[in-house]
Amino acid sequence: MKRLIPIAAVVVVFAAIPLVVQSNATLNFLVVTLLIALAGQGWNILGGYGGQYSFGHAAFFGTGAYITAILQVRYGVNAWLGFAAGIAAGAAVGAFIGGLAFRSGLRGSYFALVTLAFAEVLRIVASVAPITGAGVGTLMKLDLRAQAFQFQSRAVFYWVILALVAVSLLIAQWLERSRFGIWLIAVRENEDAAMALGVDATMVKLGAMVLSAAITAAAGCFYAQYFLFIDAGIAYGTWISIEALLTPIIGGGGTVFGPLLGALVVKSLGEGAKLVAGDAPGLDLMVYGAVLVLVIGFAPRGFIGVVTDARQWLRRRFSRSVRETAHD
Amino acid sequence: MTEPLLTVERVSRRFDGLLAVNAASLSAVAGRITALIGPNGAGKTTLFAIISGFLKPSTGSIRYAGEDVTGEAPHRLARRGIARTFQIVQPFVGLSVRENILVGAHLRHRARAAALDAAERVGRAVGLGDMLDRPADTLTVAGRKRLELARALATEPKLLLLDEVLAGLNPSEIRDIVPVIRGLCARGITIMMIEHVMQAVMSLSEYVFVLAEGRIIAEGLPAAVAADPAVVEAYLGHGAAAKLGVAHGQ
Repeated sequence: MKRLIPIAAVVVVFAAIPLVVQSNATLNFLVVTLLIALAGQGWNILGGYGGQYSFGHAAFFGTGAYITAILQVRYGVNAWLGFAAGIAAGAAVGAFIGGLAFRSGLRGSYFALVTLAFAEVLRIVASVAPITGAGVGTLMKLDLRAQAFQFQSRAVFYWVILALVAVSLLIAQWLERSRFGIWLIAVRENEDAAMALGVDATMVKLGAMVLSAAITAAAGCFYAQYFLFIDAGIAYGTWISIEALLTPIIGGGGTVFGPLLGALVVKSLGEGAKLVAGDAPGLDLMVYGAVLVLVIGFAPRGFIGVVTDARQWLRRRFSRSVRETAHD
Repeated sequence: MTEPLLTVERVSRRFDGLLAVNAASLSAVAGRITALIGPNGAGKTTLFAIISGFLKPSTGSIRYAGEDVTGEAPHRLARRGIARTFQIVQPFVGLSVRENILVGAHLRHRARAAALDAAERVGRAVGLGDMLDRPADTLTVAGRKRLELARALATEPKLLLLDEVLAGLNPSEIRDIVPVIRGLCARGITIMMIEHVMQAVMSLSEYVFVLAEGRIIAEGLPAAVAADPAVVEAYLGHGAAAKLGVAHGQ
């Protein structure tokens, strides 16, 4: 139970924000930040803990978004059911891509390229297929009722995405202390050594891929419900693949809070850059790139690593000064 | 006589033009320490990789505990009770010593608490008790070798394949670890070891196979094998046995 305190504390602090902050723009910013944190936590399960760097998490995000939207718009399915179906469909796409890639033994950049290729194929298909609305995209009906998963108040949307992020934090926390999780980390560190110890590396990676895809698909489902419009460039665009991997890497890959911290850093910097330089297209991407280079160069364990190092340094300083005082 | 725990039957492995292992047959009798020796490049590690499932043999078969396990995947063989260490140690560097061993312990213990207990027990048994919470990459070479051994032991193997666990250790470190290996055998674990430290081979093993250029050229009791002219020539070159024989006045 003690281990759950940090997660509980973070969630409580975040949950209190709408009680203080009324500005719609700020809440909107926070909703998008949490959305990216959720998508990033999905990537973190596979990439951070499992060491399998996907460059195509848009495939899961977009599938979640499209399934949610299409089921409602074209088949009149309840929004909450559509949400669940979107997550399941994302997981299924993860199982399919993972099954093919891991069974053929793809690792490293080959795996990254294959995931990118799948996401791009889905994007192209979605931009021409009639069922997705092709180039026009899919517009969902405004229906501000809780049973339609739409809310009058932005704060409720915010609490919903916060709850989803909380669940993803709990999943990551569980992962760190479960057999599946330690096997996944072992595969990341050394696949051959893990196999020699009885770890079925292919199945472990596949399991991580499915879990990872489901979480990122949940972010896609939420995106559709929140903005009520998606097209191929949004749902399957490389922007989400990039943000889903940037946030955990910048925040700290393979850590519970890395994606959340990374999303806060990345999104704040993006907004900050817009404030300073206006709405120049591609500016946020340049900022992300610069931050990524700095993080990889100077803080390979991400912002979490910087925080941990600082805390240890302070503790050492503190204990030394206590000892010196005692000697005086 | 009962069937050996492990029987390697005329196994060959070809890498394009190179026949790395050539119709090699060997066996490990349960409860005993068997050594596999041979000059550098003889194919010992390749043979180990085949036995532990990392490579598939081109021809030949492997029987373990009465069943044909030829070409089975490493993790399945580990579940059957075959564990191996790597000649080039492969610690999970991002994890602590305890977590490294835990990965192996989880094979037989699903619950974390039980697996942690088992990992701690194994860690202490191989002499890593004081280092359990250190990051694995801060260990010395000797420590890493022990960790390699501990991880394999944590899977609770019946057959343990040791690939040069003594290589790179100084004489006092070897003196420390030899009793550990002997203790494992006393606990009923069958051991097959690749080793270059001949002193250890002579004192530890009860039966020796000699691999040279991919073929088993001799087998027998350690002393007999060491005196075999074919073995001496394999190590020291053609005609060496005769010259040594002259020197010894035989």
